[in-house]
Amino acid sequence: MSSVSATIQDVFNEPGCGKNANKTEAERKKGCTKQLQPGGAAGGCAFDGAKIALQPFTDVAHLVHGPIACEGNSWDNRGSASSGSDLWRRSFTTDMNETDIVFGGEKRLYKAIREIIEKYDPPAIFVYQTCVPAMIGDDINAVCKAAATKFGKPVIPVNSPGFVGPKNLGNKLAGEALLEHVIGTEEPDFTTPYDINIIGEYNLSGEFWQIKPLLDELGIRILSCISGDGKYRELAYSHRAKAAMMVCSKAMINVARKMEERYGIPYFEGSFYGIQDSSDSLREIARMLIERGAPAELMDRTEAVIAREEAKAWAAIERFKPRFKDKKVLLITGGVKSWSVVAALQEAGLEIVGTSVKKSTKEDKERIKELMGQEAHMIEDMTPREMYKMLKDARADIMLSGGKSQFVALKAAMPWLDINQERCHGYMGYIGMVKLMEEIEKALYNPMWSQLRKPAPWDDAGVNWQAKALAQVDAQAAEIAADPVRAEATRRARKICFCKTVDLGTIEDAIAAHGLSTVDAVKEHTNASGGCGACKGRIEDVLAAQPSPVLQAAE
Amino acid sequence: MAIVTTSKKACSVNPLKMSQPIGGSFAFMGLRGAMPLLHGSQGCTSFGLTLFVRHFKEAVPMQTTAMSEVATVLGGYENVEQAILNIYNRTKPEIIGINSTGVTETKGDDVEGFIRLIRQKHPHLEKFPLVYVSTPDFKDAFQDGWEKTVARMVEVLVDPVEVGAARDPARVNVLPGCHLTPGDLDELRTIIEDFGLRPSFLPDLAGSLDGHIPDEFTPTTIGGIGVDEIATMGQAAWTIAIGAQMQRAGEAMHAKTGVPFRLFERLCGLIPNDEFVAFLSEITGRPVPAKYRRQRGQLADAMLDTHFHIGGRKLAIGAEPDLLFDLSSMLHEMGAEVAVAVTTTASPVLERVRTQEVLIGDLEDLEDLARARDCDLLITHSHGRQAASRLKIPFYRAGFPMFDRLGAGHQLSVGYRGTRDLVFDLANLVIADREANHQPTPDTWRTTESGLQVVPPQLH
Repeated sequence: MSSVSATIQDVFNEPGCGKNANKTEAERKKGCTKQLQPGGAAGGCAFDGAKIALQPFTDVAHLVHGPIACEGNSWDNRGSASSGSDLWRRSFTTDMNETDIVFGGEKRLYKAIREIIEKYDPPAIFVYQTCVPAMIGDDINAVCKAAATKFGKPVIPVNSPGFVGPKNLGNKLAGEALLEHVIGTEEPDFTTPYDINIIGEYNLSGEFWQIKPLLDELGIRILSCISGDGKYRELAYSHRAKAAMMVCSKAMINVARKMEERYGIPYFEGSFYGIQDSSDSLREIARMLIERGAPAELMDRTEAVIAREEAKAWAAIERFKPRFKDKKVLLITGGVKSWSVVAALQEAGLEIVGTSVKKSTKEDKERIKELMGQEAHMIEDMTPREMYKMLKDARADIMLSGGKSQFVALKAAMPWLDINQERCHGYMGYIGMVKLMEEIEKALYNPMWSQLRKPAPWDDAGVNWQAKALAQVDAQAAEIAADPVRAEATRRARKICFCKTVDLGTIEDAIAAHGLSTVDAVKEHTNASGGCGACKGRIEDVLAAQPSPVLQAAE
Repeated sequence: MAIVTTSKKACSVNPLKMSQPIGGSFAFMGLRGAMPLLHGSQGCTSFGLTLFVRHFKEAVPMQTTAMSEVATVLGGYENVEQAILNIYNRTKPEIIGINSTGVTETKGDDVEGFIRLIRQKHPHLEKFPLVYVSTPDFKDAFQDGWEKTVARMVEVLVDPVEVGAARDPARVNVLPGCHLTPGDLDELRTIIEDFGLRPSFLPDLAGSLDGHIPDEFTPTTIGGIGVDEIATMGQAAWTIAIGAQMQRAGEAMHAKTGVPFRLFERLCGLIPNDEFVAFLSEITGRPVPAKYRRQRGQLADAMLDTHFHIGGRKLAIGAEPDLLFDLSSMLHEMGAEVAVAVTTTASPVLERVRTQEVLIGDLEDLEDLARARDCDLLITHSHGRQAASRLKIPFYRAGFPMFDRLGAGHQLSVGYRGTRDLVFDLANLVIADREANHQPTPDTWRTTESGLQVVPPQLH
């Protein structure tokens, strides 16, 4: 177990992460994972994260060592697409039973590896550790090593049992397994000055294929995609790439950074969501490749492709402008993606409400990203009733979000579109953005909504559950306001600044005590917005809600 | 009589089985204002939750004690206590239903002991309904988790009844197995009510996971049977248990309250429904309503229409024991041959499945055997979709989970009407397959060098 905890400490100490770099030594040691609250937690475990990150490798057999729950309850649940092998979609598990718990599961694991090789002969097997065998001390590293020697085939241990932490930690532990056991173990048949790695892209709904044709056209070769539609051998020789793109998520930042450190492969963090981002990313890829020795004319060709694709996309989006006029979108996601579609949505004439996104210039982007993440974070903690009130207050016409809030939207008879991983459409690149507009239009203008919003003929229109829900929220708020103890507790419990952990009560008190009127003044007194700055909008709201100091003085 | 064998493989490939803790949580979902809680790492809950959400396309309440590595080693008392307090304060449930998992069972957490301590320490929880069931992942399967959990609910939540106390002749208890959908439960409710009876379903998934829009937003289950109603189940005249898995809960009810119970192992097919309807008529003394006489006729006619297509089909079926027994028996009675039967866990009904061998195995076994025995109809849950596309035979999705088609909660198999619709669906599937894949060509019947092959019919 000590090796796993050492790896975890190493993963937490990530110099490539801006957030981590800003932390104190003590904070860094604590790691970047939120302490989970029993009875109030949501989300997957570290094993889940590891599996998500690696399962899109299509020709690998993914073997889960554990009781049936870990794999039996979860397999075939991701929408990654493969251009070749379907082996990744098959499920392999040791399905440990009571006897294995008592006598140890190593023998069963070894036999399982042998059976897979005999039946399916994959280029490699990834073995995932889970909680129960970790507890009883099954040494999967030793079993994998023995099996690899015996069968002459890579058998890769992925040490990420569920109880070590949440999903994002598992993503990184999976990356560590690749760095330690796979990357750099084989050599490509040939290399070109146009070889890149794509890191952290899972090819959900096959959406990476919305962008790949453009790379193909430019002669840019994806040496390895980690891990969408990836193949084991490509991964093993990925250390020969000239540059890498880390797809807009920190999930595998350790892989990108360590490959830079070890093999001198520079990387950038980019995204193919949104028109501007797609263009920026293509440019950046070309720039990096040229810097690493590709002919400079690559940039001219890239610019030509960008100009052509942008023109096509904007022309296609033009069609939606009259349809989207005066329509409001409530955009909620903790995911890594939505922030980069904001510009395109705005360009198509949609108004973004519910978050303090005004206009997304490039400089604002980091802020928006942080903001989206935090809003989504807050949504997680909201009751469905509060969520409904937010929809109502925002006067939104459609909600774009991840899976969790969908039922609230649908039950509220509010058009909704899934923009997280469960969705079945690809929204990547120029084509994807147009597809997103199409889907928004379809949802917005579906004639079903007006029927759903109508009460049944025998029901009193005023006494529907929507009205009830709103009344309940208001009643609750009034009740809390009337009770000083609860009001105080509520004020203290509501966090405004997540980086510096400053609550509403502290900010309100500071404003009242010192007559503050600007965000900067609040920052000076409370340290709120002293971190990423994403809570600036919320502090502005708090300021706006306070009685004016002039009025107070007059009283 | 079928021989029951267990797969000897070290590696389960494409599991048919799901774990028993989530079967337990599923049972708690049929209680009103309930919050199912898994005592384990957060992944234990998250995987189960995702599976239920994908199946029902509904918000599903389910929580975790979020055991970390350290907590697992030191014991989970504090996590259980915090989880209960947090859930109690935040979601105001009427009941919290706790199932253990592999992690906490390996450590050996004494959760019953924890609960006693928690009740002492927090007097406001002294009478609060907390039901705990031990359900380690490394034993048994989904159906077993349901079976144990419902039996435990009866033991803990039903008030004992004094011997000789008067019973309400109009009340019946219904203990449905986990193979019945919310749609099935509603169908049964209608039938039972048509005999003037008032049924109490334990658990009642039709109240919570039927897709209705609740009057109020609630983070717990939005319906189902209330704890208060469960307490009074001892006053009923009869208990009807459906599926052999409910034998245990039926016996628990009988032991605690003296309510006699009758087990119906199947409710799909003509004869099982005749028995069921006749039983209702017998205990109420009422004649069978005209509606059911008509429905019986409709089923008979549907059997006539569909037997041309279903008769002679070679069925490969993978399902948990009670669903396997119910569907395969019905299809056997329609003239299909049950060529391959794969299941997840032991059950007394398995040896009575109308086939040679029942294998406790996985979907790889089902696929390989179906190919080897030339099956031309596949029935299993959605995880069979990959096998179906490789086998290229008609595939009917049944059981849990059904995540790649809509309406899982409303799929019917019980009653005359449910059976009627089911045989139509199956026959249509076969017809569509014939039209798409087996159109005759001038060469279809041309005699080859090997001559006409005559396969002797298999007798069973």
